[in-house]
Amino acid sequence: MKVAVLKGGRSLERGVSLRSGARVEDALERLGHEVLPIDVGPDLVKRLVGERPDLAFVAMHGVGGEDGTVQELLEILGIPFTGPSAAACARCMDKVQAKDAIEDSGLPTPHWFAFNQTAFREFGAADALGRLEKTLGFPLVVKPSRGGSSLGVRFARSAGEVPQALVSAFSYDDRVLLERFVDGRELAVSILGDEPLPVVEAILLEGDRYDFEARYEIGRTRFDVPADLTDEEHRSVIDAALGTYRALGCTGFARIDLILGENGPWLLEANAIPGLTDTSLLPQAAEAAGLSFEDLVQKILELAVPATVS
Amino acid sequence: MAEVPEPTHRRRSHAGTRDLERYAGLFAERTGVMRSSAMRDLMAITARPEVISLAGGLPDTSTFPPQSFAAQMTRIAQESAAKALQYGPTEGFEETKDCILEVMGAEGMLPDPDDIIVTTGGQQAIDLVCKTLIDPGDVVICEAPTYPGAIPTLCSYQADVVQVECDEDGMQVEVLEQLLTDLRAEGRRPKFIYSVPSFQNPAGVTMSLERRRRLVELARSQELLVVEDNPYGLLRYGGEPMPPLYQLDGGDFVIYLGTFSKILSPGIRLGWAVAPPPVMEKIVLGKQAADLCTSTLTQYFVREYFAERRWQRYVDGLVEIYRRRRDTMVEALRDNFPAEATWTEPEGGLFIWATLPDYIDTSDLLAKALRADVAFVPGQAAYVDGRGSHSMRLNFSGVNEDEIREGVRRIGKVIAEQVELYGALTGEQPPPEPRQESAPNVVPFRKAGEA
Repeated sequence: MKVAVLKGGRSLERGVSLRSGARVEDALERLGHEVLPIDVGPDLVKRLVGERPDLAFVAMHGVGGEDGTVQELLEILGIPFTGPSAAACARCMDKVQAKDAIEDSGLPTPHWFAFNQTAFREFGAADALGRLEKTLGFPLVVKPSRGGSSLGVRFARSAGEVPQALVSAFSYDDRVLLERFVDGRELAVSILGDEPLPVVEAILLEGDRYDFEARYEIGRTRFDVPADLTDEEHRSVIDAALGTYRALGCTGFARIDLILGENGPWLLEANAIPGLTDTSLLPQAAEAAGLSFEDLVQKILELAVPATVS
Repeated sequence: MAEVPEPTHRRRSHAGTRDLERYAGLFAERTGVMRSSAMRDLMAITARPEVISLAGGLPDTSTFPPQSFAAQMTRIAQESAAKALQYGPTEGFEETKDCILEVMGAEGMLPDPDDIIVTTGGQQAIDLVCKTLIDPGDVVICEAPTYPGAIPTLCSYQADVVQVECDEDGMQVEVLEQLLTDLRAEGRRPKFIYSVPSFQNPAGVTMSLERRRRLVELARSQELLVVEDNPYGLLRYGGEPMPPLYQLDGGDFVIYLGTFSKILSPGIRLGWAVAPPPVMEKIVLGKQAADLCTSTLTQYFVREYFAERRWQRYVDGLVEIYRRRRDTMVEALRDNFPAEATWTEPEGGLFIWATLPDYIDTSDLLAKALRADVAFVPGQAAYVDGRGSHSMRLNFSGVNEDEIREGVRRIGKVIAEQVELYGALTGEQPPPEPRQESAPNVVPFRKAGEA
């Protein structure tokens, strides 16, 4: 099969995407496929039309590749592709949309408020900050609505820290959310097809727990797979993750991030195209389930979104 | 003869998680401090062709005459092919050292050629000094901010890096004195003090004569080593020439690092270190272990190039180009940066250090700037402890004047958006329009304590 691997692009997560892409290309070759690596740029459509791949493996992260843009193009061109549909990608990428969908389906997600820049610049939204800070309490988390990794995510421990955190978050997106901080264990559930893979727990080894940079860095954070959970905890976490996956309309695969608090799981977000590098969580979870990286890639190919237009 | 089988194509990233863990178990402890960061991933984007990068530290190599390059390489091929393709002495060729003596002589230094080692770029000189002097946990003192490229080297030798704040006159030697006293009280003694005294990278500041004298005095009286890194000394666009620390000290307590990268070419990877004989002996052994010798081919190139006796004229040409670029950048900063911003106006070198209001984090700003196709180095890269997050390093040597103007304009625009947003969030008045030409609030450098 001729497989185009879409990677890179202009997103801030270009670096991670190039690493994901390279690893996927390698696996595809070993699986005996013809590989067409594409660093996504203005010639994308021309190349896809010219080369007519049988399938596109989307290994892009962040805006452009994970938000449904590329998926929409592939749908139009009639090229089957891996991962969730354009609509599901768009819902996952936008944390505000995702949280709405999660809440609508009756699943718990930390209380939040969302603002766009215009609200502050033109409508004096700053005057409402005090009220919502009271509702959310401190510390609270400020996040860009669309953004990957931990880029632009800040904790504010007091009202004084909120404006600066907002300025940081707005550097990544025009919409941000302020979210109640929920204390608990940090878990990630990767789902392949409709099957949950073993749960991964991120345990911060050193440094400030409010330091997001440390969170996904090998050496500063340890990842336990499978996470040490009681049967009851495990069931509640899996149910919450699968519920989220369905609520967002995901197919193929996705990674659901959540906090396991005292009273059960709190859903934070879904990643439509989780990282596929050698330190990423989805491949780790797959391996814990006995799937080699090639097995994982093969499975992802089989789960690809079929062409809707030909 | 048996057929050699076609090699199978093998690429990186074969490692699964288990493999990774297996490798990780083998890693040396020092790799634990070699960290990747989200910022490094951001920097991956600066390589896009549409991005105006004020992030690098690239000298302009476009004015080097190709005919001259070709003639020199031809001469080498015709006259010394066998030797130029052979290994050379670990210390470097005597002829290369003659060229080094000329360059150092231009700044009033006259070292003994036996005290010189030719290295693979100035970066290797830093590495070799660290290799020679640092045991894990040893204190090394640097400027704050310091050369971002020295940090990974110091960290890989597991140094305990302590940074001493700079102001417009370079490292605050009074603060250093106090630090030395405090360290002594703890029974600790720094292995060396690393400084870029002239046109510092990244701050662009130059250490005053008084402080230079005091630093050398301190080194001599307390028998401390100072590592003077001087890549930019000859790239001076204004002010009076300052004597290098090496000259003031005479070479007993100052290890001097130089490079051809900024006065000729970084591509030839030629630098050097000058050290007292007992230290040099160890450095030579370290160099031998690292790579046996520096490229003989590029050493021949330098020899041929210096034989034409035009190197100083070439540097003069670079100085003219860079002076205009610096002036252009300073003017662009005045026109485009907000009133609360401060920046250095360097008298030489390649960099300007700009500091923004406290509520702007330059790593986040970089994400925004990259969407506007412009890049800089966030200040945090110049600190070991997370400071510097409101500052940025701007390079003015690597791009032309139009690009400098456009690049600074784009950065100014994203800053203005953040300033305005912060104003809306806090009810603080947005600052007045860009400052007037000779406005008095152009502070060259934020004093310590003000941040």
